[in-house]
Amino acid sequence: MSPRRTMATFTAAILAGAALAGCAESQRDDESGGGNGDDGTFVFGAAGAPEMFDPFYATDGETFRVTRQIFEGLVGIKPGTAEIVPELATDWEPNDDGTEWTFNLRDDVKFQDGTDFNAEAVCANFERMFDQNEAGQTAGEYWGYVMGSFKSDAANSLYQGCEAADDYQAVISISGPTSGFPTMLSLASLSMQSPTAMEEGDANGIAAEGEGFSFPDYADNPVGTGPFTFGDYDEANGTITLKRNDDYYGDKAGVSELVFRVIPDESTRRQELEAGSINGYDLPNPVDWAGLESDGNDVEIRDAFNILYLGFNLDGNNPELKDPKVRQALYHALNRDQLVQTQLPEGATVATQFMPDTVSGYNTDLEPYAYDPEEAKRLLSEAGAEGMELTFAYPTEVSRPYMPDPEKIYEALRTDLEAVGVKVNVKTASWNGGYLDNVTAGRYDAYILGWTGDYDSPFNFIGTFFGNLKENDFGTKGMPWGKQLADDLKSADAIVDEDERAAAFEKVNQQIMEDYLPGLPISHSPPALVVGPGVEGVEPSPLTAEEFDSVTVEGGQ
Amino acid sequence: MIRFVVRRLLQMCVVVLVLSMLVFAWLRSLPGGPVSAILGERQTPERRAALEAALGLDQPLPVQYLKFLERALQGNFGVSTKVLPGEDALQVFLDRLPATIELSFVAMVLAIALGIPLGYLAARRRGSVIDNGAVIFSLVGIAVPVFFTAFLLKYFFAVEWNLLPVSGRQSTGLDATRITGMFVLDGILTREWDAAWDAIKHLILPAVALATIPFAVIFRITRAAVLDVLDEDYVRTAEAKGLTTRVIRARHVLRNAMLPVVTTIGLQIGGLLAGAVLTETVFSFRGVGDALATAFRDKDYPVLQVLILAAAVIYVLVNLLVDIAYAVIDPRIRTR
Repeated sequence: MSPRRTMATFTAAILAGAALAGCAESQRDDESGGGNGDDGTFVFGAAGAPEMFDPFYATDGETFRVTRQIFEGLVGIKPGTAEIVPELATDWEPNDDGTEWTFNLRDDVKFQDGTDFNAEAVCANFERMFDQNEAGQTAGEYWGYVMGSFKSDAANSLYQGCEAADDYQAVISISGPTSGFPTMLSLASLSMQSPTAMEEGDANGIAAEGEGFSFPDYADNPVGTGPFTFGDYDEANGTITLKRNDDYYGDKAGVSELVFRVIPDESTRRQELEAGSINGYDLPNPVDWAGLESDGNDVEIRDAFNILYLGFNLDGNNPELKDPKVRQALYHALNRDQLVQTQLPEGATVATQFMPDTVSGYNTDLEPYAYDPEEAKRLLSEAGAEGMELTFAYPTEVSRPYMPDPEKIYEALRTDLEAVGVKVNVKTASWNGGYLDNVTAGRYDAYILGWTGDYDSPFNFIGTFFGNLKENDFGTKGMPWGKQLADDLKSADAIVDEDERAAAFEKVNQQIMEDYLPGLPISHSPPALVVGPGVEGVEPSPLTAEEFDSVTVEGGQ
Repeated sequence: MIRFVVRRLLQMCVVVLVLSMLVFAWLRSLPGGPVSAILGERQTPERRAALEAALGLDQPLPVQYLKFLERALQGNFGVSTKVLPGEDALQVFLDRLPATIELSFVAMVLAIALGIPLGYLAARRRGSVIDNGAVIFSLVGIAVPVFFTAFLLKYFFAVEWNLLPVSGRQSTGLDATRITGMFVLDGILTREWDAAWDAIKHLILPAVALATIPFAVIFRITRAAVLDVLDEDYVRTAEAKGLTTRVIRARHVLRNAMLPVVTTIGLQIGGLLAGAVLTETVFSFRGVGDALATAFRDKDYPVLQVLILAAAVIYVLVNLLVDIAYAVIDPRIRTR
């Protein structure tokens, strides 16, 4: 083909394209942008894409951030705290043994598709969550986690049934009292969804396919009762648009549109904020906080609702760790004050126990283990463990709210341990590339890990760590007190009276820190979010569960 | 010619089959996996086992592979576990491909449009300021990491001067019609000129960042090739014959110098995907590279398999096109 012919072909292709242009119709909605009034748009930069929009099957924070705006639960969370408050239920009352809970419901609520919200809808939701096929039981992570089981294994389920006593009164039966109920009903996964929409979209039609799950149509068409309705997910552009629900029963949202933009790179999120193309983003790097503030942005620091700890595998190959003196020595070796001041964000505190002070059951009498390298050396020599070896690991390719930079935290701890003569074998793996597996499988003597609470319950913290004797990362089954600890936790959790329950958990916390020493709680770190100039009404949530209906944007976007 | 093309396509099938086995085994030999990515801190051996069983990851590797192959031959490559849970993995690739094609196309046009003329000019004026300047510029293009170039571009053009958007593919709230998934083309086809212009603005910075390496390589190869050709006897003969400079340049110098350049361009197109992983991530440009980065981090096996195999197919096809282009440029190859 000669160059001239190539040129001719190219021109022909362009002309064909131009001809095609006549065939493609714009599908623009003429009223775009103005449908819900025009109080501006709040654009929030998210670090990742949501998995789907049915919170029941979701497991990640990016999905919950979006669904929290669309859905509500029977129980809500007071903005800015971890405390539960009435949401779709106005109040609730247990029977004497804490196994039957009567929820009085709001009578002025409709789902966004017009379906009535009432006791029947509540029970339809619980039955839907309870009655899952095999794939649904695996994908319905949170239900499995808080309720223990599903309908096919009803005997082991906390949830036992739901009954509509009258139009606006639902009675939920559970197998026994627990500190987690009804607080767990504030979980995004357990939100109330429209029974009509769920039926139309075959909400439970999940199936295992190859190595993943295929989700039904409903997962892309969520209908709740919240202040925003689902607009669309522009996957190609990484934006999720929600519209103000003008029929919302409560105060209407302050902006007509709420947009989440997926921006995985943290420095890009910051640049987007500086350029004014987004109004806020989550988890700004702590080293940027001061700079962001001085540029006129507002860094909102959440109360810490997490714990970073140094975990030991007490049932592993390191016999020296079984000696409480050795563990005590390691605690005294670590300078946590310095670590908190140099490696963690402003507002971080040294932990005295495995839960933050906002959780009931927190023991205020406990003091942190003092940094005392001499005492550490003395204890090590008393135990005959001078020069002991420790396989100590940290994760890479991850940043969690409780550990913004695992490597730096690790380095500080390692230096302290080596200073008292411990020989540290450094181990590392990427978060999804084996680290969690290795911790779970007990392949490290010591590791750093943490937890962000799901809701305000002591069992959600220490119960998660030590409540399951057979399977926990600390290997407590290898210790004489392991069973006692697990049993104590379970019986404390089953106490109906709140004050008595809190006292029982306080005692367990004391035993953990003074007698058992299964690991060392290091710190609580407050994660932040940042909003640009002109944005008002953001209430930072310790549970990172911000609701954006109270947000207003000056001048709109 | 047809026989040649058919033979190469058959070879490609073998390559893809062997590669699918390697990729399958390699991914599963990596520590960790989709289960950790899904469960996070909530992972316990019991929950892990349940999820592995549900996803079929507890079966022996050959069994898993045969099941994969059986499904793949029916066009089912499994569904995504994390990039877009529940979506067909092949569909994830197809949905993301237009963005990458658009970005790579513009980057390549930039690299060629700048690289070849500059390379030619640098060779013609060897040792001049233009030559030295362009050589240094191309060295910087190769040496500076893409994420740093991207950061600087964003800082100056988007944040400081506010000329172009920082990241993304299109501004929010445009309500643009989607036809091909290539936003610029879609804007033109539907005559939504504002949407097309907005997409062009979003394309410029990532395309420049992605173009730096191919530009540098094309420039240097062109320069070297032109220098070689300028010394050839036939050029001197043409000059002696009194042909005009324009004819000599177009017909004798450039055309002969183009052979190595075309090969290089082919290889660079194949390599663009590697550059796209970084560029797309830092510019939140939701193409194949961005999906690959997410899939790798979260060990989304079905998506990773499709993306790696598709990259291999594209690489082989591009090379085939390069060979055909060779035949067009060099008649000796055609008649062989």
